[in-house]
Amino acid sequence: MNKSTQPVVIQAKNLDLTFQTNDGPVHALKDVSLDIGKGEFVSFIGPSGCGKTTFLRVMAGLETPTGGEISVNGMTPDEARKSRAYGYVFQAAGLYPWRTIGGNIRLPLEIMGYDKADQAERVKRVLELVELSGFEKKFPWQLSGGMQQRASIARALAFDAEILLMDEPFGALDEIVRDHLNEQLLALWARTKKTIGFVTHSIPEAVYLSTKIVVMSPRPGRISDVIDSPLPPERPLDIRDSPEFIELAHRVRDGLREGHGDAV
Amino acid sequence: MRYILPVLTVIAVIVGIWYAAAVWMNAQWAYDQAERAGVEITFTEMAAQTMQQDKPVLPAPHQVAQELWKTTGAMVLSGRAFSKRSLIFHGWITLSATLLGFAIGSVAGIALAVGIVHSRVMDMSVMPWAIASQTIPILALAPMIIVVLNSVGVQGLLPKAVISAYLSFFPVVVGMVTGLRSPDAMQMDLLKTYSASNAQGFWKLRLPASMPFLFTSLKIGIAASLVGAIVGELPTGAIRGLGARMLTGSYYGQNIQIWSALFAAAIVAALLVALIGLIERVTLKRMGLAR
Repeated sequence: MNKSTQPVVIQAKNLDLTFQTNDGPVHALKDVSLDIGKGEFVSFIGPSGCGKTTFLRVMAGLETPTGGEISVNGMTPDEARKSRAYGYVFQAAGLYPWRTIGGNIRLPLEIMGYDKADQAERVKRVLELVELSGFEKKFPWQLSGGMQQRASIARALAFDAEILLMDEPFGALDEIVRDHLNEQLLALWARTKKTIGFVTHSIPEAVYLSTKIVVMSPRPGRISDVIDSPLPPERPLDIRDSPEFIELAHRVRDGLREGHGDAV
Repeated sequence: MRYILPVLTVIAVIVGIWYAAAVWMNAQWAYDQAERAGVEITFTEMAAQTMQQDKPVLPAPHQVAQELWKTTGAMVLSGRAFSKRSLIFHGWITLSATLLGFAIGSVAGIALAVGIVHSRVMDMSVMPWAIASQTIPILALAPMIIVVLNSVGVQGLLPKAVISAYLSFFPVVVGMVTGLRSPDAMQMDLLKTYSASNAQGFWKLRLPASMPFLFTSLKIGIAASLVGAIVGELPTGAIRGLGARMLTGSYYGQNIQIWSALFAAAIVAALLVALIGLIERVTLKRMGLAR
């Protein structure tokens, strides 16, 4: 177990979040505590309704917890957002169809008031990072789903946020494209040294990508296991056939089953 | 090109039904004439007679076509395009009111939609009135608008344009509200992660997302504008405009004149809608929204 010696960038203490719905209160998060160190790649895995997306949205200040404390870079999530601490990648690429790929990546830069020359330079740089150089002038419909999602990652990287929050970014893509993007994402993480929070419901994806795997369970949404990955930082795709990988995947699966109780 | 045959077939069927209806509806007059003259006529003679009456119940297509040509193309050729007997003159009178009313209605409609989308109060207070406004028959309202405006000294183009605007603002409001609200929750969340202001959200997301909706409602709006302008010409007993042609036609039993004015109105409406369709194609293409 490698205890992280890096400074903590995201700290959650006894988080609670209850949604009031027409069917009564829904306990989305209950007593969730977690520290995420700088430069970590943390996956949140669990069945639907376990609160993994809600947790990520709380970090981004898109939801307000009803109890507990959370800090991002030592600030509240709202303050962190205003200081451009994180980039957020959604399940769908959500590119504007009326903007080119370059125009889409420029969107946050325009909103945040970067000057024109800086914008152009940044677009060029992040397109290189996600291997989409040469696609700047294309419209989204001219790109495949995987390429669109890469463009949306580039958009989240454009303004130099230290934290990247990703909500099932590859969930809608097929297995082969997903493998490729996972490999690319690891390379990108190694190059940029970002802290990444990654929601998924794929066990292989979580194990392959993460330095830390957070297993969550539903009703009420809570953390049932936190696993520090023993895998080396260098991870070729065939590491997934190694005994360590398989053992780790087993532990995650056991954690998921336990959290599910007798429902499965 | 391979659609030409089916399209022509449909037109031929419609014209065929029209001719049959003209024979059927004008037959009584033809038989009455024959009886008065004390002669027996065969069906063929009757049918031929129904094609060339001066005041038919239902004019035959070629009679309407001839009248249209006589009052447009032929007058242009003889250099009297803007004479008071020319449909081009009357069409322009109606068209100018239509365009002014459409401009007022569209601007008002877009402005109201922006307000409704951004203000809960406006949504709750303005929208019900906008809907209620369209439940009043325009035929009942038009004379009142004209009388009220006339009493404060406003005559001519503007009262008709107001009626046009009254009919055309509504589809624009409804379409634009839908369009401005079309970005989904994820799109709004994305802007929130950038801490974007409401104004930035409007100019960068809501407005461009609403464009396809806007053009659809503008097409409905401009057709409604034309109807408004024509209706606005009726209650004053106007002497100029397509509505006036229909009105005088009905005073003097000139059905051919009514039908040619109707067709002139339909042609103008089709051209206006096609023009907006063209602007739509060019705009959406430049925005990258059309392939």
